[in-house]
Amino acid sequence: MALYNDIVMDHFKTPRNVGEIPDADGVGEVGNPICGDIMKIFIKVEKKDGKEYISDIKFQTLGCGAAVATSSMVTEIVKGKTLEEAEKVTNITVADALQGLPPVKLHCSNLAADALIKAIEDYRSRK
Amino acid sequence: MIYLDHAATTALDKEIFETMKPYFSEKYGNPSSIYFLGQEAKAAIEEARERVAKILGASPGEIIFTSCATESNNLAIRGIINYQLAISKKPVHIITSSIEHKSVLETCKGLEEKGAEATYLSVDKEGFVNIEDLKKAIKENTVLVSIMYANNEVGSIQPIKEIGAYLKDLNKRRKQPVAFHTDAVQGFQYAETDVQSLGVDALSLTGHKFYAPKGVGILYLKEGIKVESQQTGGSQENKKRAGTENVPYIVAIAEAMATASSKRQVAGGQIRKLRDKLIDGILEKIPGTILTGPAKENFANRLPNNASFCFPKVEGESILINLDFEGIAASSGSACTSGSLEPSHVLIAMGYDHTIAHGSIRFTLGKDNTEEEIDEVLEKLPPIIEKLQKMSPLR
Ligand SMILES: Cc1ncc(COP(=O)(O)O)c(C=O)c1O
Ligand code: FES
Repeated sequence: MALYNDIVMDHFKTPRNVGEIPDADGVGEVGNPICGDIMKIFIKVEKKDGKEYISDIKFQTLGCGAAVATSSMVTEIVKGKTLEEAEKVTNITVADALQGLPPVKLHCSNLAADALIKAIEDYRSRK
Repeated sequence: MIYLDHAATTALDKEIFETMKPYFSEKYGNPSSIYFLGQEAKAAIEEARERVAKILGASPGEIIFTSCATESNNLAIRGIINYQLAISKKPVHIITSSIEHKSVLETCKGLEEKGAEATYLSVDKEGFVNIEDLKKAIKENTVLVSIMYANNEVGSIQPIKEIGAYLKDLNKRRKQPVAFHTDAVQGFQYAETDVQSLGVDALSLTGHKFYAPKGVGILYLKEGIKVESQQTGGSQENKKRAGTENVPYIVAIAEAMATASSKRQVAGGQIRKLRDKLIDGILEKIPGTILTGPAKENFANRLPNNASFCFPKVEGESILINLDFEGIAASSGSACTSGSLEPSHVLIAMGYDHTIAHGSIRFTLGKDNTEEEIDEVLEKLPPIIEKLQKMSPLR
């Protein structure tokens, strides 16, 4: 028995895309008003066939197991996706991809989706 | 596994387990029954009561067996206040501290809604109540002071003896005496717990913190202190706690208390050495670490098994899961681990902010921990903190 399922634990143990992108095209930082966690997402955007897509993505998170796992999962979901596709990602997409989170931890998945949206907004506002 | 969460619970001691076994399927009588089987069970709990009374410096009639300290705290506080509210026309006043266990704090909050007044004494940065604050808080309608013997999160041992002596003296001059309750759950194993010398009127214990099973507790209630029973039914436990007695568990808690109190000095000394090694090692190896609770020069008033810290720029649950990967069990006061998503009320009361409390970790040692285990923690913990700090957006 564990608090989290194996997929969550796998992402927590070996998080994908940890770090920062110094010359990022967009940066999104959100804080969790509920428990005080912080998450930061960096994106690089490139163009292919006339469409903008996320060519690279990295995250930094200070938070619980669910916060780390959802950050890792969201970066994995949207890496290589077009901005349009990435913008459709919600906390539910992330939680589902992790095959569920404990109910008290669902709010942590908002953080990941929100940070991603903010990073895309930041990219757009820079243009 | 390296178990360093003895303030949460302990393993049932195998020898203690043996002493309780006969009372399940062989000596299973109801102590209220008059035939031999019942009287045999009755004799067992009365013998346990005598042993417990002797250890606490009380008389047997002052010992009430309960299901746990939460129940003992409720019976003492709710029981005394409800009794006083019923006979008094005016609201009665309770004084407690802001670092009590939830079973005290929530009980006091609940009583405030029922017409009682409550003062929650603040504590200093090391987690100590100031007796001068207590003196100032006492009012004409104060009927109860409830201060824990030792804090479960940071190990600060409160000046119970001083408070007891002060109240005893004060009561000589008061029309309305002030009763004094202490939650001694964490203190009992390591500090002298004689109710006469502490000067307390009520004292709560729970068995599972000192190698008895979960689900049995004690309330010492001085003769003459009136409480309203919290459950109605039979006349067990001097009509103060209705319900058929949990005979095997009562036998076990008495045995565990005898063992714990006889080994108090030795156990405390060994554990203290390992604990000091853990604290020194962590402070040396992990820069920026804050030792929470009593500082080095006040270690005499710190539980010898408590080592609690805050690590900057990391979150407690993440540390705990990483420790768990290494087979190390500890606990945290981080908001993320609390279920209620509130950070530790104890650390907040001590003046730490949410971000600091976020990275809190508590190690509490027990009788079976070894030096090798401490060495292993000192080897495994620093890379975990470093890894998490690297992942953090805070620089
Ligand atoms: C100081 C203190 N009081 C009361 C309790 C409650 O004990 P129990 O859960 O056995 O009722 C605990 C245990 O967590 C404690 O540490
Ligand atoms: S981020 Fe705090 S509970 Fe998950």
